[in-house]
Amino acid sequence: MNESPVTVGGHGPVWTPDQPLVSIHDVHKSFGKLEVLKGVSLDVMQGEVICIIGPSGSGKSTLIRCVNALNDIQKGSIRVEGIEVNDPGLDKLALRKKVGMVFQQYNLFPHKTALQNIMMAPIKVLKLDKAEARQRAVTLLDKVRLEGKEDSYPGELSGGQQQRVAIARSLAMNPKVMLFDEVTAALDPETVKEVLVTIKDLAAEGMTCILVTHEMGFAREVADHIYFTDRGVIVEHGPPATFFDKASDPRTREFLGQIL
Amino acid sequence: MLASIQNWFLQLAETHPKWNFIFFYDPVQWQRLVSGLWMTIKLSLVCLLLSVIIGIVGAWLQGARNPVLRLFVQGYIQFFRNTPPLVQLLFFYFALGQFTPTYSPDGWLEVPIISNVGWAIISLSFFAGAFNVEIFRSGIEAVPESTREASEALGFSRLQTYIYTVFPLAFRVSLPALNNNLVNLVKTTTQAMAIAVPELLYEMVSIYNDYSTAQNASMLVLFLSYIVLVGILVLGMNRWERTLKIPGVGE
Repeated sequence: MNESPVTVGGHGPVWTPDQPLVSIHDVHKSFGKLEVLKGVSLDVMQGEVICIIGPSGSGKSTLIRCVNALNDIQKGSIRVEGIEVNDPGLDKLALRKKVGMVFQQYNLFPHKTALQNIMMAPIKVLKLDKAEARQRAVTLLDKVRLEGKEDSYPGELSGGQQQRVAIARSLAMNPKVMLFDEVTAALDPETVKEVLVTIKDLAAEGMTCILVTHEMGFAREVADHIYFTDRGVIVEHGPPATFFDKASDPRTREFLGQIL
Repeated sequence: MLASIQNWFLQLAETHPKWNFIFFYDPVQWQRLVSGLWMTIKLSLVCLLLSVIIGIVGAWLQGARNPVLRLFVQGYIQFFRNTPPLVQLLFFYFALGQFTPTYSPDGWLEVPIISNVGWAIISLSFFAGAFNVEIFRSGIEAVPESTREASEALGFSRLQTYIYTVFPLAFRVSLPALNNNLVNLVKTTTQAMAIAVPELLYEMVSIYNDYSTAQNASMLVLFLSYIVLVGILVLGMNRWERTLKIPGVGE
């Protein structure tokens, strides 16, 4: 079939599943004089799970924050299902409906119960019916193995439980891609696992995921592709098997040597 | 029962001339006390409500992107916070009052559309509101940026984030300071006496100007009235603070 590119709302050609769901091209980002991303490019296909690893301050968190426009970029292009993020006329709401994000510090709404945390955005942003939103929230709480915690406030939950509520809260918006920003970094070793299992389930269901993580074993297990960033550039990337065993760049080897 | 109480105070006034609780046995003076108290309560409630609204809107405007708007709010706060409320009252009533349009209800006397009570409400609300802006602003600053980001990442607009997340959290943080300011506001309503608003202090002073033996008694009743009024306010605010307490936070 001969498909001619169609433009929607000035966001360029309509996305088709053969194109990357998230396409990052030559992204430059500076905080004042400090350039933290110096030309980063990577593509994520639908259903793919990628992990971004690297030393602190290498720009990995900044990169995924740029994907849902929490940070703006100075140069380059980020496209999420055809929506150009680096566009002054960006429809942030349209972008954020497609992109879910989970943070290191969970960032739940402390004055709302677990269930309310999950229901709030579907009701207020998606204008979902209350009963429907509740149904969706209950299902998601079960999915992250927190049945019975509906009425608990974040302050009454452990870190791992809070993080799973945060994942459910993002999923309630039915995003196309999930961003995980060092989501286990603030957790005790025992609770890290319960969160990782939840993410692994998601990946197995075909959710497109971009993870920034320090959990190398986990990255090796779930990722389709690993990117190693250092000082604002992607130094090396590849499928986990090649990446972990046959890293060629000395910086990658040094980093892996320190943590593996 | 009522007659015996009146009788007791009458006896007291006769045996102890310095303790003439005239308003407890003279129905005309009783009327003055009650109407003064009622005016104080009305003035307090209206100013309380308006000052909190001014505080909320002002704090929201302080976070606005428009620098002119922010400067305007800043100017408002500086003016009302740094000048005495009594001077503000006099300024509003005597200076601005000259320029307000008048109307004639009986076709004879010209009456300004904003009465002295109206000016007292405006002036005191802006006075307490200036403090409330600062109180809410510090509460808003206590809400972590990351909570705001999480809300925006879920697709909430800036206004929705403010309404559903930032303000409810900021409000809880602000309550103790707000409590203090509202107590101050209730007490500051006495200054409306300067523009002849017939509130409690005005009425009590009028009573002991007419009956000098009632001076001590009037003072005592004044103190007790404000202790009770402020006490009720504080009790209500504390109860509110408890109901708004988030389970699992600060334990």
